[in-house]
Amino acid sequence: MHPPRAAFLDFPLGHTAGRPDDREGQRAILAAALGAFEVLVEPGGVLTLPFSWSEDDAWKDTLATSVGDARGARDAAPQYQDEADRARAEAAMAAGGCPGCVFLEA
Amino acid sequence: MPNLRPPIDYLEATRALYDALGHPPYRWVRNEDVPPWTPLAKPVSQCRLALVGSGGIYRTGQVAFHHRDDIGFRVIDSATPVGELRASHFAYDLTDARRDPNVVFPLDGLRRLVGEGVLGALGPRAYGFMGGIYSSRKVRDVLAPAITERLVGDQVDLALLVPV
Repeated sequence: MHPPRAAFLDFPLGHTAGRPDDREGQRAILAAALGAFEVLVEPGGVLTLPFSWSEDDAWKDTLATSVGDARGARDAAPQYQDEADRARAEAAMAAGGCPGCVFLEA
Repeated sequence: MPNLRPPIDYLEATRALYDALGHPPYRWVRNEDVPPWTPLAKPVSQCRLALVGSGGIYRTGQVAFHHRDDIGFRVIDSATPVGELRASHFAYDLTDARRDPNVVFPLDGLRRLVGEGVLGALGPRAYGFMGGIYSSRKVRDVLAPAITERLVGDQVDLALLVPV
C-alpha cells in the first residue's frame, strides 16, 4: 500500500474502523479519518488518529503473534460465513447469476 | 488519549510467524514511487465518497470469497443494511467483523456522517474484496484497475479504502 493519503488507527487487527457496536466511537473515528482529505497536503501523508483501544495497551502483548496469516491450506471454494448464505448464493447462481459479483482471474 | 506504546510491528511479527511455520521469509512489496496526487477540489462536506474495503465483506446472497488469491470483488449497494453483510477472510479474527461489519466496512457511520452534513454523499455502490492475496501483481494489474473503473463510473470524488 502507498495511498495518496492515509489515516492510522492503532487498534487490533480486524478493527480498522472501530469497536463493534460502538456507534459513537465509530462515528468519531470516521469523521477524524475523513479529515485527512482536508488536512493532508502532501502525497504519502499519514494522519495518526487520536484514539486508543484501551488504557494500558496490554492487548499488544498477545495479539501480534496470536492472529494473522498462518498460511494454512487454502482452496478456491467459496468460504461462506454460514450455510444460509451458501443456499442463497447458490439459488441466485441457479437463477441466472450472482448479483454484484465480479469474478476475476489473472 | 495518547497511546502508551508504539504500534505493533506486524512486519516483524509476520517474519517470526513464517519462520516458526518453516516458511521462507515473506517478501514485502515496497512502493517507493510517489503516490498519485489529486488535490481536493471542494470540501468533504460537498464530496461524494465510495467505500472500498478489503476485509472480505460480501452481501448475503452473493457468492463468498474463496481464500486462494481471490482477486474478484463484490458490488454492494450503499444503502444495504449492515445486517445483510457477511465476512470471509483467512488472515484475521472475524469475530467482531461478523458481529458488527462496521468495524471493517463502516457503512452505518458513513451514512450517519452524510445525514449530519459532514460528508456530502455516498456513491451508489460500495466495493468489498478479500485482501488476503499473495500476488501484488494481480492486485495492481487486475483488481485495482477494475475497481477504479467502477469508481470512475460512479462519479465519486473520494474513495475511502478500509484495509484489514
